Amino acid sequence: MCSTCGCGGSSNLITITKIGDEVNHEHFHAHADAVNHGHHHHHHHGHDHGHHHHHHHGEHDHAHSHGKKTVIELEQDIMQENNLLAARNRGYFEAKNMKVLNLVSSPGSGKTSLLEKTLVDLKDEINCSVIEGDQQTSNDASRIAETRVPVVQVNTGHGCHLDADMIHRSLRQLNPANDSVLFIENVGNLVCPALFDLGEQARVVIMSVTEGDDKPIKYPDMFDSAHLCIINKIDLLPYVNFDVEKSKKYARQINPKLEFIELSATTGEGIEQWYDWIRKLE
Amino acid sequence: MHELSIVMSVVDIARDQAISHNASKVDKIELEIGSLAGVEMAAFTFAWKAGVQNTVLEKAERIIHHIPARAKCMSCQHEFEMMELYSPCPNCGDYFNEVIQGRELRVKSLIVS
Repeated sequence: MCSTCGCGGSSNLITITKIGDEVNHEHFHAHADAVNHGHHHHHHHGHDHGHHHHHHHGEHDHAHSHGKKTVIELEQDIMQENNLLAARNRGYFEAKNMKVLNLVSSPGSGKTSLLEKTLVDLKDEINCSVIEGDQQTSNDASRIAETRVPVVQVNTGHGCHLDADMIHRSLRQLNPANDSVLFIENVGNLVCPALFDLGEQARVVIMSVTEGDDKPIKYPDMFDSAHLCIINKIDLLPYVNFDVEKSKKYARQINPKLEFIELSATTGEGIEQWYDWIRKLE
Repeated sequence: MHELSIVMSVVDIARDQAISHNASKVDKIELEIGSLAGVEMAAFTFAWKAGVQNTVLEKAERIIHHIPARAKCMSCQHEFEMMELYSPCPNCGDYFNEVIQGRELRVKSLIVS
């Protein structure tokens, strides 16, 4: 049960925490029973321990049935709300002349290691910030925080993806600089994040040679929506049965415009190509 | 399980419509789901059962129109039904295909009372 509102929704608890500033955090719920609990609440625990609750109840001020049936021809896109919020994020990024990358992959492809190395190598040249998405723990954000780059951790609870609203809320805590690069490390999952536009400029799918080389055709949606595919851990190629060309061929069948960079975040091989790609991104 | 998020978005849309039409429940809802919309129907059905409880959609009859994917080949302009995102053009074998139908994820209509 949620300890703040007693609504029994702990499994859907979403928290957003700026690392190094944990006293200011926000949590909100995506309730499965949205009619009865149609509220968001924001807790800003400041040093004065002031609590601000904003409850927007939907159920209690409507629902006056009069038994008449009304047919509504709606034709409304179900993803419309997310897409509108993503468009708002995109406008914010454009106004601040930011480059925003949505990094997606399966768990264990080396997203966080690649990001750590990238930040260490680029942070003196480019202003960077990070939004980390994981179901639980702030382990990844703590790793990123060690590079001294501003980072916000989003814990999605049982949620399997980041959505545009989570990014919007994270940005309020992150307050990224103009002309900076924002890396959004999505929840490790090659299925669900594909559907959710966050307002990013480019989607980068990361696969590693320790995975199957047929991953693109097993998870086509993610490869279809990506701009760049990074093939990571190429230092391990001599030890694994991964055919780089075959993998690229599969990915190009889904998305002929997809670009590829092969690299190793561990040895640094090929990583300059990735940095150049970021520098040239418009 | 992004299907639950999708169900919750449908619940939000249905609730907003019910409110704006002074209704308390939805009797029937028609959805359009394309075969390339990224929705796994088994997961969607499962998520639906959990997601609509205690909402305006709890007792609604649900009708789903499945929309097959169609693509147009950028090389030879041939239009064809696309089974998978990586299907080549059956006419020329090229993979430069533009999806022209099949990504739909829409609430088509509602009956509220």
